[in-house]
Amino acid sequence: MMNAKIPTGPLKDKWTNHKDHVNLVNPANKRNIDIIVVGTGLAGASAAASLGEMGYKVKAFCFQDSPRRAHSIAAQGGINAAKNYQNDGDSVFRLFYDTIKGGDYRSREANVYRLAEVSGDIIDQCVAQGVPFAREYGGLLDNRSFGGVQVSRTFYAKGQTGQQLLLGAYSALSRQIAKGNVAMYNRHEMLELVMIDGKARGIIARDLVTGAIERHSAHAVVLCTGGYGNAFYLSTNAMASNVSAAWKAHRNGALFANPCFTQIHPTCIPVSGEFQSKLTLMSESLRNDGRIWVPKNLEDAKAIREGKLKPKDISEENRDYYLERRYPAFGNLVPRDVASRAAKERCDAGHGVNKTGEAVYLDFAFAFERYGATEAKLRGELNPSKERIIELGREIVADKYGNLFQMYEKITDDNPYYTPMMIYPAVHYTMGGLWVDYNLMTNVQGLYACGEANFSDHGANRLGASALMQGLADGYFVLPYTIGDYLASDIRTGTIKTDQPAFDEAENNVRDRINKLMAAKGTNTVDFYHRKLGKVMWDKCGMARNESGLKEAMNEIREIREEFWRDVKIPGTADSMNPELDKAGRVADFMELGELMCLDALGRNESCGGHFREEYQTHEGEALRDDDNFAYVAAWQYTGDPGKAKLNKENLYFENVELKQRSYK
Amino acid sequence: MNLTLKIWRQKSPDDKGGMVTYPMKDVESHMSFLEMLDVLNNDLITKGEEPVAFDHDCREGICGTCSMVINGRPHGPDSAITTCQLHMRKFNDGDTIHIEPFRAKSFPVLKDLTVDRGAFERIMQAGGFISVNTSGNTIDANTIPIRKDHADMAFDAATCIGCGACVAACKNSSAMLFVSAKVSQLALLPQGHTERTERVLKMVHQMDAEGFGTCSNTGACAAECPKEISLDNIARLNREYLRASFVSGE
Ligand SMILES: Cc1cc2nc3c(=O)[nH]c(=O)nc-3n(C[C@H](O)[C@H](O)[C@H](O)COP(=O)(O)OP(=O)(O)OC[C@H]3O[C@@H](n4cnc5c(N)ncnc54)[C@H](O)[C@@H]3O)c2cc1C
Ligand code: SF4
Ligand code: FES
Repeated sequence: MMNAKIPTGPLKDKWTNHKDHVNLVNPANKRNIDIIVVGTGLAGASAAASLGEMGYKVKAFCFQDSPRRAHSIAAQGGINAAKNYQNDGDSVFRLFYDTIKGGDYRSREANVYRLAEVSGDIIDQCVAQGVPFAREYGGLLDNRSFGGVQVSRTFYAKGQTGQQLLLGAYSALSRQIAKGNVAMYNRHEMLELVMIDGKARGIIARDLVTGAIERHSAHAVVLCTGGYGNAFYLSTNAMASNVSAAWKAHRNGALFANPCFTQIHPTCIPVSGEFQSKLTLMSESLRNDGRIWVPKNLEDAKAIREGKLKPKDISEENRDYYLERRYPAFGNLVPRDVASRAAKERCDAGHGVNKTGEAVYLDFAFAFERYGATEAKLRGELNPSKERIIELGREIVADKYGNLFQMYEKITDDNPYYTPMMIYPAVHYTMGGLWVDYNLMTNVQGLYACGEANFSDHGANRLGASALMQGLADGYFVLPYTIGDYLASDIRTGTIKTDQPAFDEAENNVRDRINKLMAAKGTNTVDFYHRKLGKVMWDKCGMARNESGLKEAMNEIREIREEFWRDVKIPGTADSMNPELDKAGRVADFMELGELMCLDALGRNESCGGHFREEYQTHEGEALRDDDNFAYVAAWQYTGDPGKAKLNKENLYFENVELKQRSYK
Repeated sequence: MNLTLKIWRQKSPDDKGGMVTYPMKDVESHMSFLEMLDVLNNDLITKGEEPVAFDHDCREGICGTCSMVINGRPHGPDSAITTCQLHMRKFNDGDTIHIEPFRAKSFPVLKDLTVDRGAFERIMQAGGFISVNTSGNTIDANTIPIRKDHADMAFDAATCIGCGACVAACKNSSAMLFVSAKVSQLALLPQGHTERTERVLKMVHQMDAEGFGTCSNTGACAAECPKEISLDNIARLNREYLRASFVSGE
């Protein structure tokens, strides 16, 4: 049984009590302690800046040419916080409750409560750093709503919230780099974890410009390396987002929790062709103002697909606003897993609206009218024409989502101010990740995981605007406290030397693997295998899963993996800049992870959140959870073969919420 | 459509480099420009040649990683977008397309179309921040109301993605637009006022030290900026700089 080290006492006092009793490292001793932070997205940049500021000697790594380019930069819609600025009854408990329920009761109460508790500080901190959140005319902060909740608690900066938050964390990090407290290694990729006497003591990294293999030691290693959605090849993640750092940790003993919990986001631009390299998200915030529909009649849908009808030709009564129909209480703002499955259901039934039949409409016509009418009143325009109202409405919508509309138009060549957007679900986020305890430490001593790289807070489905919150909570406010508790016993250890056998061995592993990849000299490119893997994952471990499909997938993935190692073709040399080699290493790890994801999905004989097993559904097609048998975290242990990983269970206890069937009706 | 690509190939920073011609067949108009290059690279690898190295990551115009000069224009022929947002429908059958890296003394080429923009990092480290610790013990975010128009202007300046197209577009390789965007954002917000003087002096000093050229107000930077960062920011930077020089007695 796993020990999550959850502090005792009432839920609302756990974090405060814990903070009051953890060991501290005094300032003079901090200077003798090295910490490696891998990844400088929201979680890593905030952690590295905070740890540097506290006096630790920090080394931070990222594979981009600047921390400002981490994938967090792409987050669009917003960040949640229980500030209750809108006076709509929000509270720490409500944010906690929404998150637990949204996650379909598969996350740890204590962690989620802490997240809700520190959420308000994040907003204060960011504003103090100069993050330009959206404001109302009175000069105070504005909020919007996200799916799965009935309050307005999402702070935002147009459709660029992640960018603004990351630039805030990046500025804090830059300040510490300038002070010499953080040494920043851009264009460096961690390729191995170094373990000494059962503790994480360093990493092996490759300089992606020169190809040099480097050794870096530390007293603790913090992985903030993001999610693994790219296992599906096509996703909304940045091209280079990958699982390798977490996977190396897993191979060195760290448990990988709930790998099958992936989030398929309902509003993404549909696939357009076979050369597609990535998918683009249209923020969930759009569901505040857009209504989702498909034609009610199959003939209309067919005519639209063939280009014989346009969306505006379909009259109101012939449209099916299926989310509003099925879920009247939450309507278009149901959680992501629910919205995605509903879109798939309609498209599978033949109502899809683009050439491939895999798209639904997201329509803003109503929002233009609604906002336009209000705006006309505000401006004192009496009896405005319908055209005038719509024009004003478009301006308001542009002010809220301008960059998203522009992005959509550039990609599709359709103007969403004049015709509804077409959207379809796509892989977006991974709730699973490295298992961590309450202190964010993995089961490997001295190895921590923060942000999307860990599994901790979102259960089987993440609510919108909660990943940014979690990344910054982990990095600014949780890890800086909890890591001291562990490091307090290391103040006399002294610098960890890199000429020890453990470093030799780790470096040799890295070199062997690179040599093996370069030596294959086969026929197919890395992308060829990545696409193949992605197709298996999407078809058999995607929005709907079943036993036989998952078993097939595991076999197919093994075959792809074997073929890859035998027949991949990597140009260039290992001792120079070689983006194909970088990619090959990442894809090789995805091919192991993919199998583990299927194994996890196969073992979880229930449906919950983003994990939908076709065998387990209600007669209305909703997910059917099995709390008696599956209210646990599945934490997998590496055994040398990803298909035969060993299952460890962390049972989840719910003392402050009642387990119910999630209903958004 | 069929195209002829002329691409800058350079093995390493000290290689001389040169343009190499590649014919491209059956390019589809809905492909993105980078997807077109993916296809080329796939062909090159299959033929046993080295693919073209280029920087990219988000492929949706927000990370600022992609950086190419296409037919003489940073980020290519379309306006207000990055290279990764450019689609092939902007080109015609039979076109010849010239693809080069961002050119500037302060952005040395690492390989092919990949350049080193470390100079931007050092400018940000010199002063692109507000000195507040990350303890969370700050004041409540709504304590200081900020005029919406100021907040909006600060936001517009803050949308700079640090791509460096402004430098590549400028005949003097000036980084003024980039620097002015950060200086403006922070100068427009009350939180940024305390360090206003030092910040602008330090950032401009670092910009000069990195070897970026002077600004001669031709506006090429703003014309090519994918985020439409306005020249007003440069005017504001100049005012901030003058003011700071005066205040600090420099
Ligand atoms: C399009 C999009 C929109 C989103 N919108 C929202 C939103 O509106 N609200 C919300 O709450 N969430 C949103 N999310 C989710 C959220 O953005 C991410 O979950 C979050 O930003 C992850 O942050 P992170 O710091 O954990 O990782 P990342 O930002 O992914 O950073 C990973 C870091 O690790 C580094 N790294 C990885 N591997 C290695 C290695 N081996 N060696 C060295 N460095 C390495 C990378 O260089 C990078 O610096 C969105 C996600 C996407 C894809
Ligand atoms: S100002 Fe514009 S062109 Fe220059 S770095 Fe910023 S976004 Fe790029
Ligand atoms: S790849 Fe991110 S802006 Fe182009």
